[in-house]
Amino acid sequence: MKTYDSEDRYIKDLDDGKREIALSTDDIHVSYGTHEAIHGVSLAFERFKITALIGASGSGKSTYLRSLNRMNDNIAGTKVTGKIMYRGLDVNSNEVDVYEMRKHIGMVFQQPNPFAKSIYDNITFALQRHGEKRKDVLDETVETTLKQAGLWEQVKDDLHQSALALSGGQAQRLCIARAIAMKPDILLLDEPAAVLDPISTATLEETLMELKERYTIIIVTHNMQQAGRISDYTAFFHLGNALEYDETRKIFTRPKIQATEDYVSGHFG
Amino acid sequence: MFRQNFDDELNDLHVRFSEMGMMVNEAIYKSVNAFINHDKTLAQEVIDADVQINEREVDLEKRSFEMIALQQPVTTDLRMIVTVMKASSDLERMGDHAVSIAKSTIRVKGNTRAPEIEETLAQMATKVKQMVEEVLDAYVKSDEKRARKIAKEDLLVDEFSNKIYKMCIKQMQEDSDTIIGSMDYMLVDSYLERIGDYVTNICEWIIYLDTGKLIELNSNSKEENVL
Repeated sequence: MKTYDSEDRYIKDLDDGKREIALSTDDIHVSYGTHEAIHGVSLAFERFKITALIGASGSGKSTYLRSLNRMNDNIAGTKVTGKIMYRGLDVNSNEVDVYEMRKHIGMVFQQPNPFAKSIYDNITFALQRHGEKRKDVLDETVETTLKQAGLWEQVKDDLHQSALALSGGQAQRLCIARAIAMKPDILLLDEPAAVLDPISTATLEETLMELKERYTIIIVTHNMQQAGRISDYTAFFHLGNALEYDETRKIFTRPKIQATEDYVSGHFG
Repeated sequence: MFRQNFDDELNDLHVRFSEMGMMVNEAIYKSVNAFINHDKTLAQEVIDADVQINEREVDLEKRSFEMIALQQPVTTDLRMIVTVMKASSDLERMGDHAVSIAKSTIRVKGNTRAPEIEETLAQMATKVKQMVEEVLDAYVKSDEKRARKIAKEDLLVDEFSNKIYKMCIKQMQEDSDTIIGSMDYMLVDSYLERIGDYVTNICEWIIYLDTGKLIELNSNSKEENVL
């Protein structure tokens, strides 16, 4: 396997005052026990844009994504150091209420994981848990989020049917609707199209292009074409480091780092 | 909704290409008018405007390149982008020839004029301009049949070219004072003739866009499906 100089990096500094930053990390390290999986990643994410995190398996992109809304907290022996700045607040500090924070930074996973409940209840579950009981508010949320996720027309007559009856692509869009029901600012998506067929993937991508008007989206994807098609920025991860971070059109036409060039063109390793 | 983003970008590419075609057409029209009327101001205008045509070509190439890298198009989509890249470089060359005509205009200094040759050049320029307009329209409509028809019209341009060549030779033989002026007529004639050839090239790209066949029009070679 070809080795690359991990000191050879180009990280575009988006936090230059010219754009609005929704979320940024400063020197994030993630360790599982004695093994350090992420070796200090500092990236800033522009608001209302789609940022793709790409890299080979084991490069740390999913670990990094999960640390952004502290999903790694649930894994025993995991330690995350560094700052994750959201609206001037370090969400990686112990004082932050993780459940409150996740209302602002939502996540959708690789496997569509609807609850074994009706479509309606899937979307309203978290709202109701947070004390929302007004039926008109719940109804409106169901309709708005399903519309935003591009699923409303298909399920509007079956809202009280079980969500488990949905196809993979529909279930994934339900999970997106469920995530945006809490009105988050930021949506984190961990390979959301990995188990979907090409048509469902295309629909999901269209949904994401629509959603970026209201949400900041950070997506982990193994699918290079997908990163090219939908993202505004791309970060390339390799062995626990972000080696290159730039506008997607630059990453895909003239990357500055050899490892990125090899990875996006399929000559990696 | 399906692939809306890609279609928007493709449409944008078409619009920008068509605009470039109009810019080039205007340059040709103005350069010939300037030559016939000895209008050096108009000729300078053509030379100055060429930078915009060149910039547009670079812009189209950059956009096409990014669309290929980011969207990884195949089949018709890919052919559309390739057509824009290739045809825009033909348009750019046509613009360069308009500049050459404009430069000839500025060079000419009180030479003896030959109204008959100028009249024929004007007719030739009108024909070329009409072909450029038609080829842009055929491109927008992706009309293969029309492209073949337009390419045939290039034979008329070649006829004009031969005629002007002979007229210039005759003129030069009869009156040596007209040699410098006639040389310029012959140059402008050859620029217009070349512009006609580029129109034929664009016709070939329209056929490629429509059918996927790379062919050579106006030559004796057989039509072959190379791709």
